[in-house]
Formats: sequence, structure tokens, C-alpha cells
Amino acid sequence: MAQLPLSKEEILEKFGPHQKHEPPGGWDFSVQDPDSKVKTHCCFCGQGCGIILKTKDNQVIGFDPWEAFPFNKGKLCPKGVKRYMQGSHPDRLVYPMENRPGIGYERISWEEAYTKIIEAINRIQGQHGKDAFALLSGVSLTNEKSYLIGKFARVALQTANLDYNGRLCMVSAGAGNKKAFGIDRAANSWADILETDLILCTGTNVSECAPITTDYIWKARDRGAKLIVVDPRMTPIARTADLYLPVRPGTDVYLFNTILNLMIEAGDIDFDFVNNHTVGFEDIKKTVAKYSPQDCEKVTGVPAANIIKAAEWWGRARRSFLLHARGIEHHTKGVDNVLSCINIVLASGRIGRTGCGYGTITGQGNGQGGREQGHKCDQLPGNRDITNPEHRKYVAGVWGIDEKELPGKGLSAQEIVNDIHAGKIKGLLSICFNPLVSLPDTQFTEEALKKLDFYVAIDFFLNETARYANIILPGSLHEEDEGTATTAEGRVVRIQSAVTPPGEAKIDWHIFQDLAKRLGREKYFSFQKSEDIFNEMRVASHGGTADYYGITYGMIEKKMGVFWPCPEVGHPGTPRLFEDKKFYFPDGKARFNTVEYRPSADVINEEYPVYLTTGRVIFHYLSGAQTRRIGFLTDQCPDPYVEIHPRLADDHDIKDGDIVRITSRRGSIDLKAKVVKTIRPDTVFVPYHWPDEKSINRLTQRALDPVSKIPEFKMSAVRIEKIS
Amino acid sequence: MSDVFEENDFFIDPQRCIGCKACEAACSECSTHRGVPMIHLDTLDRYYTVKTGPTVCMHCDDPACASVCPADAIKRTEDGVVQSSLKPRCIGCSNCQIACPFGVPKIFRLQAQMLKCDMCYDRTSIGLKPMCTTVCPSETLFFGPKSVIEKLRKNKPNNEFTFGKQKITTKVYLMSDNSDAPVDMDVVDFMSSSHINEGDPWIV
Repeated sequence: MAQLPLSKEEILEKFGPHQKHEPPGGWDFSVQDPDSKVKTHCCFCGQGCGIILKTKDNQVIGFDPWEAFPFNKGKLCPKGVKRYMQGSHPDRLVYPMENRPGIGYERISWEEAYTKIIEAINRIQGQHGKDAFALLSGVSLTNEKSYLIGKFARVALQTANLDYNGRLCMVSAGAGNKKAFGIDRAANSWADILETDLILCTGTNVSECAPITTDYIWKARDRGAKLIVVDPRMTPIARTADLYLPVRPGTDVYLFNTILNLMIEAGDIDFDFVNNHTVGFEDIKKTVAKYSPQDCEKVTGVPAANIIKAAEWWGRARRSFLLHARGIEHHTKGVDNVLSCINIVLASGRIGRTGCGYGTITGQGNGQGGREQGHKCDQLPGNRDITNPEHRKYVAGVWGIDEKELPGKGLSAQEIVNDIHAGKIKGLLSICFNPLVSLPDTQFTEEALKKLDFYVAIDFFLNETARYANIILPGSLHEEDEGTATTAEGRVVRIQSAVTPPGEAKIDWHIFQDLAKRLGREKYFSFQKSEDIFNEMRVASHGGTADYYGITYGMIEKKMGVFWPCPEVGHPGTPRLFEDKKFYFPDGKARFNTVEYRPSADVINEEYPVYLTTGRVIFHYLSGAQTRRIGFLTDQCPDPYVEIHPRLADDHDIKDGDIVRITSRRGSIDLKAKVVKTIRPDTVFVPYHWPDEKSINRLTQRALDPVSKIPEFKMSAVRIEKIS
Repeated sequence: MSDVFEENDFFIDPQRCIGCKACEAACSECSTHRGVPMIHLDTLDRYYTVKTGPTVCMHCDDPACASVCPADAIKRTEDGVVQSSLKPRCIGCSNCQIACPFGVPKIFRLQAQMLKCDMCYDRTSIGLKPMCTTVCPSETLFFGPKSVIEKLRKNKPNNEFTFGKQKITTKVYLMSDNSDAPVDMDVVDFMSSSHINEGDPWIV
């Protein structure tokens, strides 16, 4: 039974988060000449900004802007500037530990840890079947680690139940992209944003979650491009938009179907493109005919005149670029929301050429590459389908196993936790995932963790979920290993090792190889270096849509990133997809997908009359396991808060700074009110980066999109009341 | 003396600011002031808006801070960069802090002197851009040739400011909509006009 061995207060005292304000060795040390300057990338979002890390005595002592790197040209957000402070941190785990109830987390040897882990795996799988041991991974990991973990789960652990925290990130976009285009990647590099005339950002708080993208948008606007922002909150990018559509949470399909209908009525359709390069237009045309701007106003809360204006602008633009992110994707209709956006892109015909594009803004450090290379429960490397016999055969061949040995499609991340709660899954290995903070319905996740027979966590800090682990293994930071990551643009970049892991901490993939060896599968896991893993991955991805075959470490370093698909050595890579108007289906045509508006899972009523939406702030990354330990970032945003419009605040006699209780059907939370006119009066917003009593995911629910299995973080029904 | 100021100038374009504090974070990494930023970011009035704006030293042509310094501790270089106080001379009297129309100089008790933005003299003197203009994600802070930014942007650089009847010219430019007239820094006027309620963008 996974339990806490100490009180939470004792755990906090020992393992933090403690705040690091100064570089290792203090400022006097860090101002000396560095031993080396390592060109690598930031780990704190999907943009993958280039950065130079300065090292001395095997510690990262500071940063320099990497102005030559083409994406960000030296630009960084504060997370990037202070990212190096996660190294040489007092909270760093430096030896394996065992959770001994009433005693604490006791230091053990690697060999002892491995022995206990293998014994537990064999026992659980022997008694309950292979799939009773699950693996949860994450996409802050490099492509190499993602690939290796996918292979480890299928070949060494032989479980179907491997999934990842990208399930809380880009899966709705990925599923929508596959349905419409047959390929899961932003259709363009960001260079096309610079050349466009109209940018539509929907459900993307660009300035806080993809800050450098702000610069691309402004540079287009300097040329005269217009900006439309769709968001229930007036975010920093929405503040200056030419047209702001403050959509009610969960009503996106209604908005985009109405825009499409207005485009059709006005004749603003590229019929040449639609007739020759798409299928399904007649069906969608029939469906959207009933979506009027007047009804749309009622459902979305956006004035009809502005809906009409948006349709006119979008309909008549010469060039356009649509960007979306979690705001439309974190819904039980996340895939439908994505498809409704893609429908207006296809109807405009503006894709696959200069200044014309579309893309989701990947949220995690390697959100794009991580999901392509095989630690998603339904995918194999190269974005292959684990249920497709040919895909299975190919990958089994690369791995040198019989196709029959390859497990089938497993459960998604939330479903794995559901099955742990139900007692069906007994064992868990987690890495790079902090579900106790990031999954919805925190109380449920906590109950599930306590039911585990055996739990082993790999991390560099003791994250809140790992506190429950029986065995904790110290893994590696981004800057402690070689590898690659794939950015939101589809650009494969090189992650360089700046330092080696401290103490007894190990490079993550070495741990998986050690475990594979002890599971008797050594011959499949005998990689000597990251590049060897990459080279096998290239072969495994070859022929898939996410084809990396032609990409080499040398080529990435020389070109400062290579865009996949890159199917042959010598191929230049593909910054812009669909230039030949060929989509990734047998007939080469893109798909309109007919989607209808449907309500969110949670029901707004008299008891729960307010919409709750959650998200990120600029100063923190995901569950905060890293950024809540960096002093500068924590100083700027130490705690969650609730944004409330003054009208809603007045109704409840709430003043700025009051403590407000927010209650959903799952639970409640007490937070300080930030009374602001920059949010819809029917909606409140809370950032999600904190654990325990500060976790807004105590209120969110486990309702999933039926296709992507993403939870509905962006709409919960709540009530609010003043506490003090 | 560096060549970098012969061709390049410092520009602030607050409308682009996203409030990320990358400028403060990066400035605080400097080896000379170690953890303390010399640039600061203001949130204008969070109740009404997410508007934010960075303040760096504007490096006045005739700096009030230097004029009022009784110890003659504040020097302006030939490049036009107004420097932090000279430590041996600075008496920490706060005159500069009170006199500066932009609210830039600060007395740092630990160092017992006035410190402020010196436009990254350590970087500019070797041909690099100031750090905040290098990292700023939205190019709110921009360092480059005036001819370039004039071509790139729709608004215009302006380095003349009026405070009541006093006119001040600065090395640093503010991007504003009207390049001909000096930027009027009438605080009372600003406070009464900046909160115009434009009506709700939403329907509840």
C-alpha cells in the first residue's frame, strides 16, 4: 500500500519546495569565467527556445542568450532566464530511497532498489497479468527517452498500459489533426506567421504560455496584419487585439460553426481548393446552416456583430494563420473544437503556402516529439497506430520481437488512474508526471495512489505524487543528458548535456536499461549513448507520418533544427506541410469533419452557476515541480488566486484580496480574490500549478473527450462565496 | 568607448509588453548587481487591465539626478549613458531618487549607494546589446538602429518629454503614436483619462 511515511509538513521540510535565489556557489562563484558554454534549449514549454548554459565545476552557473538560434534569436521568458536554477538545488534527489512508513524515505542502494522493483513487477504481473503494472511518462523528456520508454513498456515490462502527461496537453489537437489532415503536426513553421495578414488565436494565452510567439504575432501586425483573439479572459495578447471575442467556456464549436456558416452565406469559400483537395464540405454545409449569429450570441456570449465581423475578416483575408491551444482542447469536446477550427481553415483554402497556416501551440517541452515516438498508449514510433497490423509488424521487426509479443492499445492516463482506483492496476512506474497536481479530481487521484500495491517513481525532485512511491529513484535533469526534442513548429532540436547528474542520480534512460536487463530483456536495451537510441528511432519512425529517418545529430546541429517529415538522408526537412496540396490520406484529400455543438459535461445550474476555467501563468510550468523551486519565479507568483469580475464579486460582497471559497461537485478550495474587469462576469479563473489544499484540480472533473481522452479542465460548474 | 551606440539606440514600446518580467529576471543575473534588477516592470492597474510597462533609465541629456547630486557622484559618459553613482562619492542622500522625473534611481542600502540601469555597460562596451533588449520576448525593449525601427513599426520613436513646462530629452526613445509633439507626461491627466470604460466586450 502506497502511503506517506511522514507528515506532509515533515516531507515539505526535508524535500521542499525550497527556494533557490542564487546560482550554485553564490554570485561570487558564478561570475567567474565558465568552464564551458553549452548551446541547448529551454525545457519549460513547447517552443524550445535556444539558450546557452554556462558551466563551472560540473554545475550550471548561469545563462547567455543564444542569439543565433533562429526561432527565438536570444529571446527568453523569465522561466528560460532562470531555468538554470533548477540545477544544484538543495531539494535534488541524489540517491535511491525507500518509503518506510513511520520512519521516512530511507536511503538504499541502487541494487537494493532494483531488486525490490523487479520482485514487485514479477509478483504483480504473475498474480494479476502483465497489464496490472502500468507506466506513466511525460513529454518533458527527450525523443530518445520517450522512444526508449515506449519500447521498455512494450518489450521489457510487456504492459499495454503505458500513457503520458501529454494526455493532458495536445491529444485533442493531435486527434483532430489526424482526422482532418492525416498527420499530427503544426502545418507550418512560425516563419509563416510573419508573412500573414490575419491571425486568429483561440484558447491560447500566447503571451504567458508561449511568450516568444508574441513576437511573431507583433511582427505580422507591424506589417499590417490583424489579430482576432477568442478567450473568456482578456489575456495580455487579447488586450491589444483588433477584435476580441470573449467566448463563454465550452462553446467554441458554436462560434466556429457560425463563422463557417457566415462564410458560406457570403460566398467566402475557396471552392477550387474545397472541390479539388477536400471531402465532406456538403455535409458540413448542411450542418452549419442552422448556426445563426443571433443564436451564437446567446450560446457563446459574444456580441453577434463581432461574430459577423470575425467571419468577414476570416472569409476575406488574403493570408491567414489560425493558432489554438489548451483553451479549446481541454474539453470533453476538445477534438470537436479543434475540428471546427480546421473546418474554417479548409473552407478558406489558406494552408500550405506562404503566410497561410494553422497549428496548435504545443505546451510541453517535448510535447510534439514525445507523442510521436511511442509513449502514448495507442501509438508506436513514427506516429504509428498500435492497432494497425502493418504498423505493428514494422515496429516489431525493428525491435526484433514477434508481432504477437507486442501489447495492444492500453488505457489513457486518466483511465489508468481510474483502474488503479478500481483495484485492477496494482503496480505503477512513473517518470516526468505529477498526476496528483495535474490530473483532475485530486481527491480521487490521492485515493488511487493509496490503493497501489507497489509504486516506483523516477524524478529529480520529490514531486507530490512521488511522495506516495514505495521506491524513489533519482533521475536526470534536461541539462544532464544528450538528446533531441521536437518543438511546436515540428522542428527537431538538439538537447546538449551541460553537466552530469549529481551524487548517485542517473540518466533516466540508463535506469530503464538497468531495469530491462533485470527483466531479462537486455538484448533489446543495449544502447551505449543517446545517439544510438536516436538512430534506432529514426529507423522505427521511417515510413510513418512522423518520419525522422533522414535526421542526424550532425544535421540538427548544423542547421539549428530540422523539420520533420525528413524521410531520407539528405532530405532538407519540411518546414511547411501540404505545399503540394496533398494530405495524408490515400486519396490525398483533407477532411471536413462535421461537428455539432454539445454542452460540457458539468452542468451550470442554480446551485453551481459560475463557469470555472483553469490554466497557466507565465512564471510556472505544469505541476510546478521545477518552477516552484526557483526563487525568482515563486516570488512573482507564490500562490494560486481566483480572478473574478467586479460584477460577480459585488453579487457576493467580495472585495479584492478577500478569501473566497469556490465549490464544485467534487470539492472546494479557498483562494484570494483578484477582482479584475478582464474576465467574463460569469466565469472565474484559477491557475493550476500547486498541490494539496492549493490545487484547483480538487474541483475539476474526470470527464474525458471520447476520442482524445483529455479531461475537461477548461469548464467546471462552481459556486463562490466570501469566507473572510 | 564602444561603437555600439554610434549606430544603435534603445527603444521602449510599451503597447507590446506582456508583463512577463523576463527583463527583470535577466537584469538580475548581472554580475555587477547580482540578483537585483535595475529595470522594473509596473502593472498599471490590474483591476482595469492587464497592461504592464517596463521602466529603464531614460538616460537624460541633462540628467536631473546628476544636477541635484551634492557629491557630484553621477556621471554621464560621452556615449550619453548616465551611470550609477560613483561609490566613493555617493553619500546616499536620495536627492537623485526624488529628482528623477521617471522614478528610476534607487538607493540600495546594502551597497550604500544609488544604483540604476547603466544600459549594461559591461555588454554594450564590448558590442553586445543590453540584456533586457536581448531577451524581451515581445521586443517591447528594442536595441538597434533608429532607421530600422522606424521602418519596422507603425508608431514612431520619441525622446522628448514634457513635465508641465519642463522639457526633457533622453537617450532612450519611447515608441509613441505621434512623433512630432513631445510626449506629455501629465500624471493627473493620465489618471483621469486612462480608465475610460469602453463598455463590456461580452454578453452574460
